[in-house]
Amino acid sequence: MNISLDSFHDPEIAGILTKKLQELDIKEPMTLMHVCGTHEHSLAKAGIRSVLPDRIRLVAGPGCPVCVCPAGDIDLAIQAAEKEKVILATFGDMFRVPSGDRSLESMRAEGSDIRVVYSPLDPVKLALDNPDREVVFMAVGFETTIAPIAASVLSGLPKNYSMITSLRLVPEALVFLLERSEGSLDGFILPGHVSTVLGRRGYSFLENEYNVPGVIAGFEPVDILQGILELARQVVAGPPFRIENLYKRVVRENGNTRANRMIYKVFEKSDSRWRGIGGIPGSGLKLKEEYGYLDAAERLGLEYDEEMVDLPEGCICDKVILGEAESEDCPSFGILCTPRSPVGPCMVSSEGTCRARYQCRRVQAD
Amino acid sequence: MCLAIPMRVKEIDGDSAVVEAGGIRKNIRLDLLENVEPGDYVLIHTGYAIEKIDRKEAEETLDLIKKVYRAGMTNDAEGLLE
Repeated sequence: MNISLDSFHDPEIAGILTKKLQELDIKEPMTLMHVCGTHEHSLAKAGIRSVLPDRIRLVAGPGCPVCVCPAGDIDLAIQAAEKEKVILATFGDMFRVPSGDRSLESMRAEGSDIRVVYSPLDPVKLALDNPDREVVFMAVGFETTIAPIAASVLSGLPKNYSMITSLRLVPEALVFLLERSEGSLDGFILPGHVSTVLGRRGYSFLENEYNVPGVIAGFEPVDILQGILELARQVVAGPPFRIENLYKRVVRENGNTRANRMIYKVFEKSDSRWRGIGGIPGSGLKLKEEYGYLDAAERLGLEYDEEMVDLPEGCICDKVILGEAESEDCPSFGILCTPRSPVGPCMVSSEGTCRARYQCRRVQAD
Repeated sequence: MCLAIPMRVKEIDGDSAVVEAGGIRKNIRLDLLENVEPGDYVLIHTGYAIEKIDRKEAEETLDLIKKVYRAGMTNDAEGLLE
């Protein structure tokens, strides 16, 4: 598009950063975590892990909203799709995620009307075009996607539109990860596009309350290498730690305040379950009372099944999502569990850690 | 899922806009942003512009990498960016 933005994948600039990383005087091994499926995808594609110093371990945390969507939430969408008058709309990645022995894909094969949408505006249009049907939008996402979802609600909705929400917040997950890790996580690479909404200030609790360093990084190889370098430098230097914004071309100090206003006009924080992790206090969003009429579960009489099993037997996606195991540690990885016939949620989504690793492995083998 | 693509604003009509990148044009919404003008670069996610791209900040980041990080590098790496 233009020279300056193209330079973020310039191999020569990436080479300088790689050399700087190699020159770091790292005395103790460190574990850094990113929490973004798009970061994992870029890391795997550019082969960045292979150029890191041995003492830097970079793990993937819960960075894919599809992978952490519990089976119970998908079961609600399946229940809705079973109703004859319903058109169920959701993002493509959700389509194949298993819930028990069913998925939205298998429901479509059985005759349910399920549409893959690209934007939260698409189900609104579907509802306008099909006034005699009930359009249920299964709204899934982190902050980046929640902002457009809120904007679509505020721009006015037809009467035959309702939602199943499966929305999750990154900062609350970071708190959970830190408390669970008991000091074994040395710092975070923070998700660039979630951060456009939150701003650098959205993570100030990491500096102030947890004394953990973080860097907000973009998605080109230069962005990610610079992020790892600056984070590792902080870890080597020791406290006081800070949150550094290295993605200033799109992330502002206070985030997108207009987007935040819109989000909290429509939604309010709630406790939320994460697949493979369990409940995390305050980590989700639900419709505010004044928008409660948009709740598809209430409108269609759907019942949440708390007993749905999130992970099939033998699947270690829970440990992969928490950064406690590598995809390659799983005996099913690449054998029983492949993108063509995924067993666990991390292999289903295009941004799941196992999927990214599997594709990267194939590229390297080729 | 948080993938977002930089595109350039061509035309604006209220909260709607036409954006372009690599010859591909798309209709998107501007509800989440204020003061967007034709010619601005914006980041597009699920049909919405979620943030404006600050070209000056982009250049400063690259400048920092070129000038500051290169300081103290060994001779063979010097001149990489000349």
